[in-house]
Amino acid sequence: MKRSLRQALRLSPRWAPYFFISPFLVLFAVFGVFPLLFSLHLAFQSWEPTSGLDSMSFVGLENFAFALQDEWFWKSLKNTLWLAVVSGAPQHLVAIPLAVFIHHSFKHLRDGVIGAYFLPYITSTVAIAIMFSSLFSKDFGLINAMLHAAFEAEHVDWLGQAENIKPAIAFVVFWRYLGFNVVLYLAALQTIPKDLYEAATMDGAGRWQQFWHITLPNLKPMIFFGVTLSVIGGLQLFEEPFILTGGRGGVDQSGMTSAVYLYRMAFDFNDFGGASAMSWLLFAVVAVLTWLTNRAFRPRGGQA
Amino acid sequence: MNPQRMAPWAAKLLVLVGALFMLAPFYFMFVFATHSRTAIFNMPPPMWFGADLLDNLQILTSRLPFWRNLGWSLYVALASTALTLVFCSMAGYAFALMEFRFKKALFTLVMATMLLPSFMNMIPTFLIMDALGWIDQHRGLYIPGAASAFGIFLMRQFAASAIPRELIEAARMDGCGEFAIYWRIVLPLLKPALGTLGLITFIASWNNFIGPLIVMRSADQYTLPLALRSLQSPVNTEWGALMTGSAIATIPLLILFALSSRQLISGLTTGAVK
Repeated sequence: MKRSLRQALRLSPRWAPYFFISPFLVLFAVFGVFPLLFSLHLAFQSWEPTSGLDSMSFVGLENFAFALQDEWFWKSLKNTLWLAVVSGAPQHLVAIPLAVFIHHSFKHLRDGVIGAYFLPYITSTVAIAIMFSSLFSKDFGLINAMLHAAFEAEHVDWLGQAENIKPAIAFVVFWRYLGFNVVLYLAALQTIPKDLYEAATMDGAGRWQQFWHITLPNLKPMIFFGVTLSVIGGLQLFEEPFILTGGRGGVDQSGMTSAVYLYRMAFDFNDFGGASAMSWLLFAVVAVLTWLTNRAFRPRGGQA
Repeated sequence: MNPQRMAPWAAKLLVLVGALFMLAPFYFMFVFATHSRTAIFNMPPPMWFGADLLDNLQILTSRLPFWRNLGWSLYVALASTALTLVFCSMAGYAFALMEFRFKKALFTLVMATMLLPSFMNMIPTFLIMDALGWIDQHRGLYIPGAASAFGIFLMRQFAASAIPRELIEAARMDGCGEFAIYWRIVLPLLKPALGTLGLITFIASWNNFIGPLIVMRSADQYTLPLALRSLQSPVNTEWGALMTGSAIATIPLLILFALSSRQLISGLTTGAVK
């Protein structure tokens, strides 16, 4: 009896693959595909979840039209784009030379240095944001104290004044993701053959020329990849601005990114239909911008 | 001149100063954790450790069920890690070494979800949790992500290169059952990748903020990030206590990172580098 039960439970090679992917299939269907389809459905409905499923009613494109006329939608989109550029571009402009320096002149301390730059990336956003909220504090924050000591600068109200919130957020984002990019570029640098440099040295090429004519062209595919990641990541920015602005987007919504607005529309204003419509509009924006980055940075074939 | 000597000492110094700049906020987090709120906001702010750590801890535990929150964080992170390792290794093994219908299409679909912006999931996740009655339940935090696209990708890549097909065939010929093959042959061979995925999953869960923000409702059930944020208020934030809490939440990460920074860094950038 026992034996036959075992026999019956025994996986046949034919069904084994389906057994092994079944947990994934179930989770993927329940928490991946279905919610996405439901949100697409919701985007065309007017609905307050507190009043139950019956209160849902079809409103056509109204949610989309509302979003497109919504001042906050555009404002948050502008904030998001600003932050993506201002926090993203310096990450690469700094990470590339930094990676080159580390690659060429660090042997013993290498792992330690890379670790120091990478550490912010694995730290909790909440801890980081809490830390920076105090560092950015107006009258007594360390950042203002240092600016004052160094340049006699007036105290800046970083998180309390509309025009300063975005730079403060951008700084935190830059600080957090710099190390990730450094590691990407270091990996790419390792694949550049050493003899390229040796040959260039023989030909009398200086350091700068070598960087310009050998290093940079060889880094191009990674630059393309890294910038794409930054664009995709930057457009989804949520946690840093959310926590640094106390979950509301800051004075005059100047720190409100699209993702933060999306959250507020659903969970503060209870408009799930509108928020769903907005998420699909934003998805389109992300897709288009990613595609544009792709075109602008893609390494062209045939060119060395 | 050879490339090893390309960067002059100035560049080296710059890199080191930059590294200190990256670490400075951590340093001040730990320093501030040992000072009272008034001391933190003195001019100039404290640069060295103070004596108020225990007072801060007391404020922290009086304002929050702090140790409970810490316990929940640990519980959710461990549960999430265990489930992710099992589910992703199973699926990764199947995708790498088995044949089944729609395999290619399914895998492409999984990879496509990696590109999906995270905000797309925010509202649907809440609705599905609500429908399942999982609001304020910890399983709402560790189950949905347990078959992550990233994990499956990592496992598949590793399984494809580390597990010889012939070995599986031979075991099958010898009458080894399919589950036994997975348990006794595949899992041990996947060990290095399981370690990497385990670390990444644990850290991601430990730091997870959006998930609990959407799913959890009562302060008693909060995980650490959400609990700490709830202490932050426009007026009268207890900065000393908050720094102590953040520092305690950061210590496990620092330990994990110190022990395995190489493995972690290469794991986290694996999709990019390969």
